[in-house]
Amino acid sequence: MDFVAQLTLFVLAIFLGVELITKVPPTLHTPLMSGSNAISGITIVGALIAAGSDSSMLINVLGFIAVVLATINVIGGFMVTNRMLAMFKRK
Amino acid sequence: MQNWIDIAYLIAACLFVLGIKGLTKPKTAVRGNLLAAAGMGIAAVVTLLNEHIVTYEIIIAGVVVGGLIGAVMAKKVQMTAMPQMIALLNGFGGGASFSVASAEFFRGSATDTVSIIATGAAVLIGAVTLTGSLVAFAKLQELIDGKPMGFPGMKLVNAVLFIGSIVGIGYLVLNPGNEMVFWGLVAAAMVLGLLLVLPIGGADMPVVIALLNSYSGVAASAAGFVMGNSALIITGSLVGASGLILTSIMCKAMNRSLTNVLFGVMAEAGEAMDEDEVYAGKVKSTSAEEVAMLLETAQRVVIVPGFGLAMAQAQHAVRDLADTLEAAGIEVAYAIHPVAGRMPGHMNVLLAEAEVPYDQLKDMDAINPTFEQTDVAIVLGANDVTNPMAREDKGSPIYGMPILNVDKAKTVVVVKRSLSAGFAGLPNPLFAKDNTLMLFGDGKGAVLDITTALKEG
Repeated sequence: MDFVAQLTLFVLAIFLGVELITKVPPTLHTPLMSGSNAISGITIVGALIAAGSDSSMLINVLGFIAVVLATINVIGGFMVTNRMLAMFKRK
Repeated sequence: MQNWIDIAYLIAACLFVLGIKGLTKPKTAVRGNLLAAAGMGIAAVVTLLNEHIVTYEIIIAGVVVGGLIGAVMAKKVQMTAMPQMIALLNGFGGGASFSVASAEFFRGSATDTVSIIATGAAVLIGAVTLTGSLVAFAKLQELIDGKPMGFPGMKLVNAVLFIGSIVGIGYLVLNPGNEMVFWGLVAAAMVLGLLLVLPIGGADMPVVIALLNSYSGVAASAAGFVMGNSALIITGSLVGASGLILTSIMCKAMNRSLTNVLFGVMAEAGEAMDEDEVYAGKVKSTSAEEVAMLLETAQRVVIVPGFGLAMAQAQHAVRDLADTLEAAGIEVAYAIHPVAGRMPGHMNVLLAEAEVPYDQLKDMDAINPTFEQTDVAIVLGANDVTNPMAREDKGSPIYGMPILNVDKAKTVVVVKRSLSAGFAGLPNPLFAKDNTLMLFGDGKGAVLDITTALKEG
């Protein structure tokens, strides 16, 4: 993907983000933050490639660290968000 | 094949957007979170089909270790400790982007100017987020002193580290693959992260957490530029935008600019107001029985919770009181200041945990016009956010800070141990107003006493 296409995505996604997030009520700001932690765990995509690639030891080690950290974010983030949102749902 | 993988990433990105959209209403929020989780599942599974992945041992080990740690954290964390958990997750997000970008660097995949700059940016922002978040965590967890820490010339050191990092990235553009310079960049960024957060006081942590949340998104986005992965770019910028909006909301709520929070200190009070002058002879003390009698004749009661309430674990006691009032036909609402907790939306979560219905939780703009029709406002563990000087006294250090106008209620009951000052270190003239009654004592005990008196009366 060329740079301009990437930059286009980046800028448009920021505008989309601002539009979306200003509509999230203050009541849900904490789950919003833990939820965005969870989705920023998308770096797991790069982490998996680095960890599973057939290259140097250093790259595999960095990959392993990245997989661990990103998985903590994904699993921990989604689970704790779910736990909080369940409290808002009842009644 | 690659096209299908990219389309799967696009689907994942769409699910993230729908997930955040779900968070705009409490009713759809759980479903939104599940949609986003499904998107993450899709993205992770299709990545395993990537042609570069040849071994799975390390991947499985990493997922098992990370999954266990994440699950235990999510299950065990106390709601009062949520800011610490978010701080850690911000740091791990930055650390993951940093590690991914470093791996790409050593693979030598970044050769053109754009990918090298993106790699440098991901390493710089990721490492700053990692170490900065660890400091924020340590301050919130009280592993280190929450007071601002620093040394003379700290700003100069920070400037040197930052400019040095930029120059290092520039050098890497001209000489790709120079490992010495790369490690120098890593070290500078990590120290910079520490030094940026150490001088920020504990009271400002809500702003810092929101800002680091934003950084972790930007770092992920930069990693996406390195790898040419659209899912990372889109998701990273969504998170970056989210953190930035929350940062600005927190700054507005504290009436401070971001630069002021990051680099400044609280405005010095021109002349320290004398506590005796504010309080002498004007403070009226009351008892739980008197408050119960007041409440019996009230039609509308507003409860104003502060973090002190959560520290005293009094949320359930407050809900019992509210239930008792409602059973007597009295309207009850909660007034939530944006900085009532220790992070954006924190107080709402703490009250939701005590099964307070979310439609009773009113934010500042919604509740302020209604105080005039309120018979009794009960202030529990909140102080500075009710200080009328922020509205009236132009010389006050907190002048201009948006506050809850509790003093407009017919009667204000302040539950507090003593007349001691809050974070801002200022006396609160609210305590001396004609329509204010002080109920001295422990927050939880006082609430329980009021409830008992109501039930007996």
